[in-house]
Amino acid sequence: MAIFGLWVINKAGGLVYQRNFADGLAQLTSNEYLVLAGTLHGIHAITSRLSPIGGSSSGAQVIEGETFKMTILLTATATKFVLLTSLAEPNADNMLQKVYEIYSDAVMKNPFHTPEMPIRNLSDGIFIGFWGRAACPEVI
Amino acid sequence: MAYTQPHSRVSVLSTSSQSSSVEHLSPAASSTRFSLPSIPTTPGVLTQRPAGVRPNIYDRNLNKTRITEVSGAAFTFLFSEIVQYTQKRVSGINDLERRLNTLGYRIGSRVLELMAWRAEAASKAPKREIRFLPALMSIHTQVWRAVFGKPADAIEKSVENADEYMIVDNDPLVERYISVPKDMSQLSCSSFTAGIVEAVLDGLGFPARVTAHNTPLPQFPSRTTILIKLEKSVLEREEIFKG
Repeated sequence: MAIFGLWVINKAGGLVYQRNFADGLAQLTSNEYLVLAGTLHGIHAITSRLSPIGGSSSGAQVIEGETFKMTILLTATATKFVLLTSLAEPNADNMLQKVYEIYSDAVMKNPFHTPEMPIRNLSDGIFIGFWGRAACPEVI
Repeated sequence: MAYTQPHSRVSVLSTSSQSSSVEHLSPAASSTRFSLPSIPTTPGVLTQRPAGVRPNIYDRNLNKTRITEVSGAAFTFLFSEIVQYTQKRVSGINDLERRLNTLGYRIGSRVLELMAWRAEAASKAPKREIRFLPALMSIHTQVWRAVFGKPADAIEKSVENADEYMIVDNDPLVERYISVPKDMSQLSCSSFTAGIVEAVLDGLGFPARVTAHNTPLPQFPSRTTILIKLEKSVLEREEIFKG
């Protein structure tokens, strides 16, 4: 069980937050992360139209590979939270929900954050107090 | 001296509120500016309100504080907007802090008024603090509890300057979700709280300059010190009291 990383993708497909927690991820440049996030945004848009049953669908919620699992939470405001975990991680859904709550508190209530822009200057206190502990209890 | 009967001024706005100091309209009515006809009631007779209907804020009893708390989330969003609004209209951190202080001052003067009403209105011999330390204690405990729901964490006296006192809050409510950017690290949004303290002190007759400063500790990263610098006249008066 491991939590590798967390991404937050805004409604335009831009990566506004990315953080790695555990080792084992390939080293990528920030540009590559941006491309990956944009690609995932596209894939998600496609999967939301793939449903064989009529009407709209929520789109991909989990993408699983042999070595990793990618759990996606789409919020009502079209922000996407993506948690990269090992296959065995059972708690990814709950954790994403928790991360969403923290995001609503620590990011949206911060007067120095501009919506849809990269999440910067999360103070250490807020990071450890909220984001870190919930997203990744075994790291902090 | 508490007004048990509806106050005469009320009738100007709506006859309904006069006849119903305890009966209240639906939430829809409270959000409109018109006074809708209310269910006829006899004054002073408690009638059953449908569950979930809350009284108009102006009709609530000022002395009942237990169920009248404000949503913390609503406050933080409002405060966040206040900071953003203010920040767009200032030229620097000092200016921003000064404006937040001014906004807090407006709250503080009302807080003092309300607390005096709550604590002393029913008493036969209402009193007011005239010594500084008891006044400071009551700010640390009562004002903090009325405004933030918990007392502050410490009171300190400056070693170097006799006219400086400090109130310490380990986790200030107004800053709970605020991350200040690195280039503004001097800024303390608790200047707002400092304004509240300044107004209460002013109202009690202890003119002072009150500022807020970040004093983080490892276990309390958002710890804040409210620094009170008293005017000379206050210290002189205290000396006279001693003698």
